Amino acid sequence: MLTWLSLLVLALFSGVAFAAGRRRAVASAGGRSRVLHSLPNYYGTYAALWAGVPAALLLLLGAAFGGRIEDAVLQSSRPAAVQALEPDRQAVFYSDAHAIAAKQPPSEVTYEGELKAALDAKVAEAKRIGTVLNVGMLAGAGVLALAGFLLAFPRISTEFRARNRVEGWIGVLLIGCSVAAVLTTLGIVLSLVWESWRFFQSVNPLSFLFGTEWSPQIAMRADQVASAGAFGAVPLFAGTFLIMLIAMLVAAPVGLYSAIYLSEYANRTVRGVVKPLLEILAGVPTVVYGFFAALTVGPLFRAGFNAIGAALPPGPIAQYLMEVQNQMALVAGVVMGIMLIPFVSSLSDDIINAVPQSLRDGSYAMGATKSETVKKVVLPAALPGIMAAMLLAVSRAVGETMIVTMAAGLQAKLTANPLDTVTTVTVQIVTLLTGDQEFDSPKTLSAFGLGLTLFVVTLTLNIIALRIVQKYREQYD
Amino acid sequence: MTDATFGAAAPRQALTAADARLKKRHAAELRFKAQGIAAIVVALIFLVVLVGRIVAQGYTTFESHTLSVPVYLNPDRIDTSDLSGVNYDYIVAEAVMKKLGVQDDDLGTVSTKVQDLVSRDFGFQLLNKLKADPKLIGQTVEVHGPLKADADLYFKGEIKRSTAEGDRKLDNQQLDWLDKLKKTGAITSGFNFAFFTNSDSTEPEQAGVLGAVVGSAMMLIITALIAVPVGVLAATYLEEFAPKNRWTDIIEVNINNLAAVPSIVYGLLGLALFINWLNVPRSSPLVGGLVLALMALPTVIIATRSALKAVPPSIREAALGVGASKTQTVFHHVLPLAMPGVMTGAILSLAHALGETAPLLMIGMVSFVPGVPEGFTGAATVLPVQVFIWENASERAFHERTAAAIIVLLVFMIVMNAAAVILRRRFERRW
Repeated sequence: MLTWLSLLVLALFSGVAFAAGRRRAVASAGGRSRVLHSLPNYYGTYAALWAGVPAALLLLLGAAFGGRIEDAVLQSSRPAAVQALEPDRQAVFYSDAHAIAAKQPPSEVTYEGELKAALDAKVAEAKRIGTVLNVGMLAGAGVLALAGFLLAFPRISTEFRARNRVEGWIGVLLIGCSVAAVLTTLGIVLSLVWESWRFFQSVNPLSFLFGTEWSPQIAMRADQVASAGAFGAVPLFAGTFLIMLIAMLVAAPVGLYSAIYLSEYANRTVRGVVKPLLEILAGVPTVVYGFFAALTVGPLFRAGFNAIGAALPPGPIAQYLMEVQNQMALVAGVVMGIMLIPFVSSLSDDIINAVPQSLRDGSYAMGATKSETVKKVVLPAALPGIMAAMLLAVSRAVGETMIVTMAAGLQAKLTANPLDTVTTVTVQIVTLLTGDQEFDSPKTLSAFGLGLTLFVVTLTLNIIALRIVQKYREQYD
Repeated sequence: MTDATFGAAAPRQALTAADARLKKRHAAELRFKAQGIAAIVVALIFLVVLVGRIVAQGYTTFESHTLSVPVYLNPDRIDTSDLSGVNYDYIVAEAVMKKLGVQDDDLGTVSTKVQDLVSRDFGFQLLNKLKADPKLIGQTVEVHGPLKADADLYFKGEIKRSTAEGDRKLDNQQLDWLDKLKKTGAITSGFNFAFFTNSDSTEPEQAGVLGAVVGSAMMLIITALIAVPVGVLAATYLEEFAPKNRWTDIIEVNINNLAAVPSIVYGLLGLALFINWLNVPRSSPLVGGLVLALMALPTVIIATRSALKAVPPSIREAALGVGASKTQTVFHHVLPLAMPGVMTGAILSLAHALGETAPLLMIGMVSFVPGVPEGFTGAATVLPVQVFIWENASERAFHERTAAAIIVLLVFMIVMNAAAVILRRRFERRW
């Protein structure tokens, strides 16, 4: 609230700076603005930028990091009563102190005796630090705004090259925006690597990547025997692979054939109708596919297999078919395949269209039929691109979350049976990170280990695919 | 030479052999074509089944059955010193029993069964009426409210009399009562406005999408405010200003790869960066908007770049020729001309962000939020996450509502996509 208010005041101030700068420029030119080096508005903008931007940056930084500074100062001295607590209880204590000082609802932990006294002291300290930080931030912003204005304002004269200066600011802004994309990647990599590193300190990376048992339960009490937690991710990789394979078995033929038909056979009207319809399929949110899988396809498949099981002569197979559940790998895989059809189809369509017409004409001139041309000329020419499209689809399938969360199971099983329930990397990330969680346990950190693996795999697939596409394009350009 | 071969038997045979082969080839041609058509038909069938199933499951939500009943506010049952502690549900049950002409027994089985038919909303209405005007005690007021979800499902044919009595939620006596109330005109059906004016609730008949719609809107505002300006400016730099060197190559490859990173990874980023490191409040529209903005950024950049590429160089040359600076050329001429394309791309990526669920689960949006979000930093839920939450609920009535929420979500997405198409048709210039 304070930040917004001060930003508003700052905006007003830089508006004033704009008017003042403009007026000074016009006045120094004696009212004839043609004498000026730049248009009058540039002088105003120059003054406004110096008055507003540095102070605004300070305010935003303060809003983003003020809480962290407050926490750091608060935790620099720990009372004895707090030091006696376990580390995560200490964290709760400090977050409570912070919350009470900020008038937010604290946790439901009750404090008594010495702890209560310590809490009150910390709350008072937090309030004090908060006030100091706020006052300091406001004062700093005020000084910056005034200093910026006083720096810029006297420089305004007829000779001053205001436009070039303003364009310099714009250039910095543009570069800053394009660096944002790089920063996002950096943020993803750093946060994943950092949290995974913490995870790998308690779990051996090799036993994570090659272990075959996954049960991320950590003992609640130190003396508990049963659940030490096992973090072997192979069953998750296997489940992800199985579902991806089923999805590709659906999406690859349907997508590729429809792309071939649309680009080689269909006339303008058919294309004009079918393509937008496929785009609708592509635009449906994945949570909708998940709902469809869980409540329509799942029960349907189960009923179908149960009926087959009932029709078969009694035996282990019939018995097994009678007992299949809704949450089988096949359901998630088929629905994910449906989701990928438009993706495969539109990518393949682009690639097939990029094959030069002269190749087709040459083939027709030799007397080949259309299908022969497609099979013997167009597809071989487009093969690398189609492979790339398939790789991109695989990467989508591996990273897809909602369908598998809603339609695949939670049980980590090492199986190749499509009628069994399997779980995937993404499902486990979601289950590990939703609901109540303590952030430092290996259980939640393992989600970042899985996330890092997922990121590396999809990134590799994408880079290979993009490489193939690039190379292939150069051939015909 | 030609004469020699003409009239001989051999070539004729060759011709018939070719005929057979040609037939085969044409058959192969037809088969191939049929396979293509089959693929498209399969894809379209999937589309029809998907949309059809959701509409079929969801449309019933838009009709609801409501009950009007005169309630006698019995002074014996209302403790004026503690209005909130009164058992209003029982008072409502009494009113309904009176209407049905049945008596409660000593164990209260009848009144319990009646309470299973009437929404608890009646009780809240009575409480609010009494709070507003305590003088109503002892009088009879007409109350109008929804039926419990199961009773509603009976009228919609989801619960059938033909099902064995033990297998359905309502027994024969309750169904008889419902029929009787319907016959007397106490129960009427109408458009379910409550679905659009209520937020999430644990009672299916009171659950609505308002909170989720407002939450989605707030989150999209944050996403648009960040992703569109940053994306457009970044694309402008890369397309118009950037020198071709190693650094800009890295940025380009980077953006292409970011566009293909799984959305759940953005959720992990948001959790680690915004929530744990910057202490942005969990499950708020602010943090959701920030995460989705990072996710939408690459697509906005890619769309903007192709829109800028479509502006012919002659525009730039003309502007530079009359003395505009490079920056003026870009911001006064090129960018405005590319604006329709830019806005189309931006709307499409916002529509995509609207349907995104997975990253939001990471940043704590799965919590139950029973109201409209209080602000950009308050707890909120959004439409796709609401779908996910309801899908997990066990009550059957929530399934119908899930499908209805999906319909609402799809309507919003269709509106956004249609806006993009119209924008493109209306303003796009072919050079």
